[in-house]
Amino acid sequence: MYLYPKWLRAWHVLNAVLFLILIITGLSMQYTDKENASYIVGFSKAIKWHNFAAIVLIINYVIFVIGNFLTANGKYYMIGRKNFISDLMKQLKFYSFGMFKGEKHPFPVTEERKFNPLQKLTYVLAMYVALPLLIISGIGLLFPEITIKTIFGVSGLILTDILHITMGFSLSIFMIIHIYTCTLGSKPTSLFRGIITGYHISDDH
Amino acid sequence: MLFKCRIIILAAFISVSTLASAGIFRSKIEENKTQDSTSFVSQFAEDNNRCFKCHGQARYEYTNETLGKQVKALMCSERIVNKEDFYKSNHKTFSCTDCHSEEYTKFPHSGDLRMEQKLICIDCHGGDEKFAQYHFEEIESEYKKSTHFKMEEDGFSCWKCHNPHSYKISVRNSTNLKETIAYDNAICLNCHSNYSRFQLLSDKAEINIIQKHDWLPNQTSHFANVRCIECHSQINNNIPVSHLIKPKAEAVRHCNECHSQNSILMASLYKFESKEQRRDGFFNGIILNASYVIGANRNEYLNLLSLVIFFGVVVVIIVHIVFRIRKKL
Repeated sequence: MYLYPKWLRAWHVLNAVLFLILIITGLSMQYTDKENASYIVGFSKAIKWHNFAAIVLIINYVIFVIGNFLTANGKYYMIGRKNFISDLMKQLKFYSFGMFKGEKHPFPVTEERKFNPLQKLTYVLAMYVALPLLIISGIGLLFPEITIKTIFGVSGLILTDILHITMGFSLSIFMIIHIYTCTLGSKPTSLFRGIITGYHISDDH
Repeated sequence: MLFKCRIIILAAFISVSTLASAGIFRSKIEENKTQDSTSFVSQFAEDNNRCFKCHGQARYEYTNETLGKQVKALMCSERIVNKEDFYKSNHKTFSCTDCHSEEYTKFPHSGDLRMEQKLICIDCHGGDEKFAQYHFEEIESEYKKSTHFKMEEDGFSCWKCHNPHSYKISVRNSTNLKETIAYDNAICLNCHSNYSRFQLLSDKAEINIIQKHDWLPNQTSHFANVRCIECHSQINNNIPVSHLIKPKAEAVRHCNECHSQNSILMASLYKFESKEQRRDGFFNGIILNASYVIGANRNEYLNLLSLVIFFGVVVVIIVHIVFRIRKKL
């Protein structure tokens, strides 16, 4: 089943590479130390790479949003109210117990339903809530002169920074879980193969 | 239906972005209002006015008794003392003749007076218990080790940075750090961005400060938020402000000197505030309230929470993997 068009695969691989760069350089900046070289990348290099990767990520994100708007891929991100919570629980139960009891996947992948309810919720939160907030707060830090100076007596930049690192951390955790759940296909590598070739092999997560 | 849903999602996305932008990027320019007022009345006001009458502005008048007429002339810029600045300065309680010869009260002034020995800070502030807490002797010894001292034979002295007629203590009593930073940096730029003044003390070619600091990321932000001395001087915890200006080769160039948990800014720019302010669960809490320095602001609770979440996720994944291996999934 052909589920991942070329533009989406190109976006995905670029997004993954940029995220790795941003996580490594972001951690390097946040935990830099002058006495112990506990950081991974030197501060000045980390800043340059972080800024560069972030700008490319923004462009890539705009492509993702436009792509989803113009193509059928956008429909997979629509969340319906009907049975939303119960479907979510079904999927959670399947991952927690059902799959170990040999139960069938409650929401098998079809051309009409690429994501199960849990995937759909996390992808929407990641791509349409966390990532926009991450980008906006990042722009605020990249151009500190345009950020609010103080909010209730506290530096506006630090609040922007807290939003930025909180969103960055959340998306990093999302990425770890995302990579792990992608080993839940018919074979541990089949879903990774799918995002490279574009073809999904059924009977998986 | 699908098209409608896409429109809703795109509209929501644009709205969230716009609202957040409006909130985060709304530029709010803080007005740095001058806090000093000219309400101070000196007990020597009348005496001082005799000097300010000519030295208080660019143009002065006097009666030439030989010719028997009024003469208007321009005051040499080096001899002008701004009255308003003087009465806001640290020395505002002084009479002009506390530091200058009584002979100056006579007009025309004797030519020999120009050769009078000028006082320096330590002449009044040294060996005085009232000023003991500021360690003026140590300030002097630090100054003597500084790169500025090498130019003393060419005319460098305390007054090149601390104009006795206008200087006011800033960082120690600051309620507006930005204003203090601008004030202190203006002292350096007075010579370092004014080649005419610079040439009085050095034969070096003109230095373009902006170009010399091209390597510094976010240059404008750095110039507005830290003082030159943060990078160009040696910290000494015994004195309020470092006076050991280092040669340019020894200036701080490593970002993590400031951008780290044990940032040098805590011992320099923020040293007075850091003693007083609460930490609020933040490492370097003062930087949180006053400014923001990447790598120096860290929240210990968020650090702990992030570690708990990270290891929690790792444990859940490991448990899941173990069950999958046992069930051969």
